[in-house]
Amino acid sequence: MARIDLVDLAHSYGGNDADPTSFALKPVTMTWRQGGAYALLGPSGCGKTTLLNLISGIVTPSRGQILFDGVDITPLSTRKRNIAQVFQFPVIYDTMTVGQNLAFPLRNRGVPKAEIDARVAQIANLLDLTPDLNRKATRLTADAKQKISLGRGLVRSDVAAVLFDEPLTVIDPELKWQLRSKLKALHRDLDLTMIYVTHDQTEALTFADTVVVMHDGRVVQSGTPAELFDKPAHTFVGYFIGSPGMNIVPAEVRGREARIDGHVIGLNRSYDSLPSGAKIEIGVRPEFVDIAPPAPGLLSANIDRIDDLGRVRFARVRIGDAKFAARVPPGLSIPEKSAGLKFDPSRVHVYADSLLVEGTA
Amino acid sequence: MDKTINQKAWFLVLPVFLVVAFSAILPLMTVVNYSMQDTFGNNQFFWNGVGWFKELLDPTTDLGERFFASLWRNLFFSAVILAIEVPLGIVVALSMPRDGWRVAACLVILALPLLIPWNVVGTIWQIFGRPDIGLLGYVLNNIGINYNYVSNEFDAWVTVIVMDVWHWTSLVALLCYAGLKSIPDAYYQAAQIDGASRWAVFTAIQLPKMNRVLLIAVLLRFMDSFMIYTEPFVVTGGGPGNSTTFVSIELVKIALGQFDLGKAAALSLVYNLIIIIVCWIFYTVMTNAGSERPASKGVA
Repeated sequence: MARIDLVDLAHSYGGNDADPTSFALKPVTMTWRQGGAYALLGPSGCGKTTLLNLISGIVTPSRGQILFDGVDITPLSTRKRNIAQVFQFPVIYDTMTVGQNLAFPLRNRGVPKAEIDARVAQIANLLDLTPDLNRKATRLTADAKQKISLGRGLVRSDVAAVLFDEPLTVIDPELKWQLRSKLKALHRDLDLTMIYVTHDQTEALTFADTVVVMHDGRVVQSGTPAELFDKPAHTFVGYFIGSPGMNIVPAEVRGREARIDGHVIGLNRSYDSLPSGAKIEIGVRPEFVDIAPPAPGLLSANIDRIDDLGRVRFARVRIGDAKFAARVPPGLSIPEKSAGLKFDPSRVHVYADSLLVEGTA
Repeated sequence: MDKTINQKAWFLVLPVFLVVAFSAILPLMTVVNYSMQDTFGNNQFFWNGVGWFKELLDPTTDLGERFFASLWRNLFFSAVILAIEVPLGIVVALSMPRDGWRVAACLVILALPLLIPWNVVGTIWQIFGRPDIGLLGYVLNNIGINYNYVSNEFDAWVTVIVMDVWHWTSLVALLCYAGLKSIPDAYYQAAQIDGASRWAVFTAIQLPKMNRVLLIAVLLRFMDSFMIYTEPFVVTGGGPGNSTTFVSIELVKIALGQFDLGKAAALSLVYNLIIIIVCWIFYTVMTNAGSERPASKGVA
């Protein structure tokens, strides 16, 4: 168990002298606290697996340091790092039984037999593997095999962190939910630091108390699910999290007003000192833009189509060239072609070159 | 739906029938025919029933004695070369580089012995081992080891075995290498995470993942060594005495040396039967190795 610090950590598969913009992981400095449940969220190729492999030592960083409880472990091999990792596809040892598979990480470290048995029994119980303990692992289904992989990751109680690299990819959707809540429960029971890599926002948001969003080799925001939803620090976070994602549209912002195609949207804060020459956009989540019958004082928009998600309906609308998604309030009969848009001014954020700008009150 | 009747399709199958008939079935039937008869030349044949088979399988007769002696000799030879080539091949495969230009270099070097015609292999070792002009024989005798594969049985055996190991270990190594290459990196990474030692990685991952190619390697090497003829024939001619006379060498001696067609035919049929049975056993083991057996009843 440990606090993990990344200090100016960066990696390029092309070697240290490669072009900095091509780095798989751009320099990052951050801290993972002991006992936290973290999710690393981002699309494929954003560097999240690289970051994970750097922490576990499978990949040696081009630059920077990794500290466990303040001790630099960057040069240490995976074996000496005291870390557990679960991979995307099940890895099981063919010749061993389920129980032997679970015991393998402990046996390799010379843990006394009684202790191994107790711990294996505990983990098997938590993962519902007890009835299969004496079966050969090769004979089980993919789901069960991945549970064994998970179990091997969790069986050591002394690890600095357990890393999960999209561990539920091969699992049936039905079982995915169960396993995810199981992992969450295990996190509470075992007091382990867990880092969970995924490209699925639901998975990330339900598992983690801190979600770290990555984009193009960079950590763009790390925060609670609520923070990511309410105040995305980067347009990518706004767009990536939420379904549908945040509306991000180019706008002219002056003082407390944003202009889109000549229409004015009021803002809660004042933006007087925006960097000149930067690309200015406003971002607002569809949940905070309501469709209303056309009325004076409301922005008028053309309706392209309605997405009925069952519980909630979203309208796809246009103001000039700018496309928006907006919520259709329950019970509202949808206007034919054009409608008014009601913005919640406190929820409209301003971005300069994709980064959130804090206005002045 | 009506089935289209088109008997012309038979003409497409016919060539295959003809080829198989002339290349396999007719020769085999000729051998079966010979095995039931005796001949004293002049194309005169006399019916002998299962007489040759009885004699062959009875170790108290001359034919039976020769057959069983060569059979045990041959099985011992196969066991020895398997015991050497399989572990050695695994070690070679494990110590090969995993990527880069060295892989290509290693593969080419390994493939070289496999590309040499068998009688050339025999000739190479025949000359290599000669005490008068062969590098190996000359050097051994000069450092005080009395080595002569022509007069000493043990030396003859060593020569034949070393030759086979030199010739065929590459095959085992290449098969094992292919098996090793097919193991996903995640297994090695997981083993590192799990703190597995080098030995544990070998026994828990590499060996189990190689077991199918190893079975194929053992099958191929067993078959080849059980049917070995050319190389020992070129080097030792089956001698000294009968010490390196393997089954196929004995067969040729009977068939062509003594022109005992009936005895030779009976021997070759039994020989063939043994090979088919061993193949079948291997095939059964291989197909069962990967399939699910009923789950064990054990419950913790």
